This record gives sequence, C-alpha cells and structure tokens, in this order.
Amino acid sequence: MNSVGEACTELKREYDQCFNRWFAEKFLKGDRSGDPCTDSFRKYQRCVQKAIRDKDIPIDGVDFMGPSKDKPES
Amino acid sequence: MVKYFCNSADIRSTWDHVVSAFWQRYPNPFSTHVLTEDVVYREVTADHRLLSRRLLMKTNRLPRWAERLFPSGMSRFVYIIEDSIVDPVNRSLTTYTWNLNHTTLMSVEERCVFQDSAEQPATTQLRREAWISSSVYGFSRPIQEFGLARFKSNQVKAMKGLEYALSNIQASCCLKGHSPTVVIPSHCPFVDGTAGIGIRLSVVERCPSGCSGTQ
Repeated sequence: MNSVGEACTELKREYDQCFNRWFAEKFLKGDRSGDPCTDSFRKYQRCVQKAIRDKDIPIDGVDFMGPSKDKPES
Repeated sequence: MVKYFCNSADIRSTWDHVVSAFWQRYPNPFSTHVLTEDVVYREVTADHRLLSRRLLMKTNRLPRWAERLFPSGMSRFVYIIEDSIVDPVNRSLTTYTWNLNHTTLMSVEERCVFQDSAEQPATTQLRREAWISSSVYGFSRPIQEFGLARFKSNQVKAMKGLEYALSNIQASCCLKGHSPTVVIPSHCPFVDGTAGIGIRLSVVERCPSGCSGTQ
C-alpha cells in the first residue's frame, strides 16, 4: 500500500512489517517488554509528517477520537 | 439533519485474527478507491492499550448531478482519519472514522466495536454505527440519501476487504509458513494443517436488539 508521501512508501513498508510482527507476537499476548519498531517508526514519521505538511492536509490539532465525544455509547 | 445507521455482524474468526487483519487489510481487491494509507500516530498507554491514528486518502467519486454543484477546483480526494483503540485485556477494538475534507458536502462518521461474540465460539461480533449529514443548502436530503447508499456500499467492500485479509492470515496458518507481507498471531487454531483449508469465511449480518437500524 502506498504512503501519501511518495518517498515514504518503502519506510512505511518496513515499519508495517515490524509492527505487524510485534502486534501479533507481543502486544496481543500481553508482553510489555518494549517496542522493537521505534527506530523504523521514527524514520517513517519524519518522512510522512513532512509530506502531510507539504500537501496541506488538515490533520493538525484534531483531537483523538474527536467527533465521537458527543456520541452516546450504543 | 443527521441520518443514523447501525448494524451488527458476526465474523467467523477469532478476535485476535480480526484485530491482526484490521492492520493488514490494505490493499485488497475491494479497496481500489483507497489510494494511500499511513499511520500518523501510535502510542501504547500505561494500561497497555494501543492508540493509533491512520490517515487514508480515497478517491471522491460523485454522481454527475453532485459534481455540477461544486467548483471544478474541488479536491478529487477525500482524506479520512481512522482513530482506534485496541484493548487486549478486555478484548475490544474500537474505531472511529471520519472525513477531514468535503465536510460541507457530506460528513460521514463511523464507529465500530469488535469484540468476542458472547454466543458463538471463535467468532467476533462487530457493532457498527454511522452518522451522515450534509450542510449543502437545499440539497441536504438527496445528498444524504446518496451518502447513505455509498456508505452501505463501502461497508460491504470494507467487510470483503477484512475477509480477504483474514483469509490470507488463515491460509498462512494452515500452510504453516507465511508470506512476508502477512503476519499471523502465533496461536493458530488450525495447527494440524488440515482443518483450515477450504473453510469459507463468512460474515453473518444481523441486527441485535437495541440497534434500531436506519432512522
């Protein structure tokens, strides 16, 4: 899958592979021993956050789960 | 005016598989309208929940009558945010998705909750709600109807995409090796290599009590 930053796709792939492995093997099993993907995540983020700024994608300051706050639990 | 929509479905896969597939569902044959996917924020909280934000860029396909309403310079793309919380202790995945731009035309917000089914073993229940609204003066109703129809069609594609990712995961389990791009939880239910082959994953649509359908 492509990244919104064309130059970031390879970095994204490397990070995704690391994350998917960690997620299934460690996180879901309650293993809290630490995240082996910090490095690849950092490199990927440096690239993609720049692409987001360059393309003026209005993602800044958007609260986590923002609009859901005014929705009642079903 | 906001149109509300809810439904529920059973996914015949374990919650662990569903949650792993959730991260691996793009690209898939039903997601050609999704052009890019990026994780832009991630954090493991002190209570071991995983918070993530994904940014998706999708094509914005409008019917001709709607295209004529808007200036030709309007972006051909829709940016969507998907925020999610994975709670492996309580075994729930909650996602909230909404569009960042084109919100005057149409705002679509969707909340999904994936949990173990209380009734069926090795099954995940998905409860899904959507809120669709438009601020376009004089055209709100047709636009909302269009939005609802497209939303339902996208829901079908999203479920097919999730099934596709799940079938990759389960096929990998059965063959005891896996493609480098598909990662599986290591406790594979089909350990003898035979039980999983040929099983058709299916999603059973149902409406639980308390979910009043479309309003």
